[in-house]
Amino acid sequence: MSDNKTDVILKVNGKEYAIRVEPRRTLADALRDQCGLTGTNSGCEHGVCGSCTVIVDGDPVRSCLMFAVQVQGRQIRTIEGLADGDKLHPLQRAFIEHHGLQCGFCTPGFLMLAASVLEREPDINDEDLVEVLSSNLCRCTGYQNIIKAVRAAAAEMRAR
Amino acid sequence: MKPGQFAYHAPQTVQEAVAMLAEVASQEGRVLAGGQSLVPAMALRLALPAHLVDINGVAELGRLAAEAGELAIGACVRHARFERPVVDGPLGRLLSNVVRHIAHYPIRTRGTFCGSLANADPASEWCLVAATLGATMVAKSVRGTRTIAATDFFQGMMATALEPDELLVEARLPIFSPNTRFGFYEFNRRAGDFAIVMALAVYRIEHGVIVDPRVGVGGVEGHPRRIAAAEQALAGRAPASEVFRAAADAAAKTIQPIDSKPELAGYKHEVTRTAVRRALEAAEKS
Repeated sequence: MSDNKTDVILKVNGKEYAIRVEPRRTLADALRDQCGLTGTNSGCEHGVCGSCTVIVDGDPVRSCLMFAVQVQGRQIRTIEGLADGDKLHPLQRAFIEHHGLQCGFCTPGFLMLAASVLEREPDINDEDLVEVLSSNLCRCTGYQNIIKAVRAAAAEMRAR
Repeated sequence: MKPGQFAYHAPQTVQEAVAMLAEVASQEGRVLAGGQSLVPAMALRLALPAHLVDINGVAELGRLAAEAGELAIGACVRHARFERPVVDGPLGRLLSNVVRHIAHYPIRTRGTFCGSLANADPASEWCLVAATLGATMVAKSVRGTRTIAATDFFQGMMATALEPDELLVEARLPIFSPNTRFGFYEFNRRAGDFAIVMALAVYRIEHGVIVDPRVGVGGVEGHPRRIAAAEQALAGRAPASEVFRAAADAAAKTIQPIDSKPELAGYKHEVTRTAVRRALEAAEKS
């Protein structure tokens, strides 16, 4: 298996990336190394920490647990596509205002997780919101400020 | 933390999938469904398949249908599908209740019901459901199709009756009557962790007494199973806390925890007693 590479077209944030990868290349690594989209962070690389969370066809997924060859033709959204040009997404502003991050490593994953859930379920109740946010790990904030930030963004997004 | 090399196959039909599996099964070939257990194992190099047969492109495996008194769950039906009841009545509610205990939401959007059964982790919630309700598994290969009862399907820790060239195409759960009650209780240390102990209780109350009780325990032995001694302690008796306690005691006495450390085994007996009692109590209130 010297050259076991396959051509894949990844659609990320509305843009197409023609890449050539081995089947074993994860979506997380392909986004970072082949597409140059390094906003998605690779943490544990086995599905536990959630820092690599991206949105595939509307669903939040661990991009370290999918292979790039599996995602051909699907709509992928990453942290690079969350802001509207220079205008930050309400979640991004809320994370700044509520001190929802310190080192920032887990932040892209939390933002994509929260964005996908609030888009699907704008009126999510607090118990379910906390349950969803338990999916990802943060070693700085103690989670309370992340929960506050997402609650605030949810209220703002609902008010629109 | 990078998976080893493998050849990737993406069949579009069940026929293609089993033909491919027949070809690669003897050469370390594995089925890739949701990948939420297999891919971590590959990242850790605990699994080094030389071939992956990805069934995610097989549209017919996404089937989820209530038919002839059973709920048929295709191989690509993901955990998240069950978050809202998929059938009216207690079975749909039971599955919605249990699914929230499976890992975390971004895992549930990918992982599959049948994948959990084929993986057969002792702490798998769906394995407990399949064993307790008496699910039927449908396995396909180029050699033909066969159905396997839950009692034969689960054979031990991460071990099932599936042959390497067989694809678990569907699991079938009996749809129980509207007056069926159920209770599920899982104990673990953090949300989303593997269960330390879990229990599922299902029964009806007719003329004031418990009828057709089913009590399953998971996370304790090599695979989840029904505990006959606990069921015998319930059948024909009026639901009451002392009856539930007797059944829970019977379950705690019967189980043989797989933990190598004796102090942990003792602990599991105690947690099993509590989990079974709480599942039975929850069923009474359901």
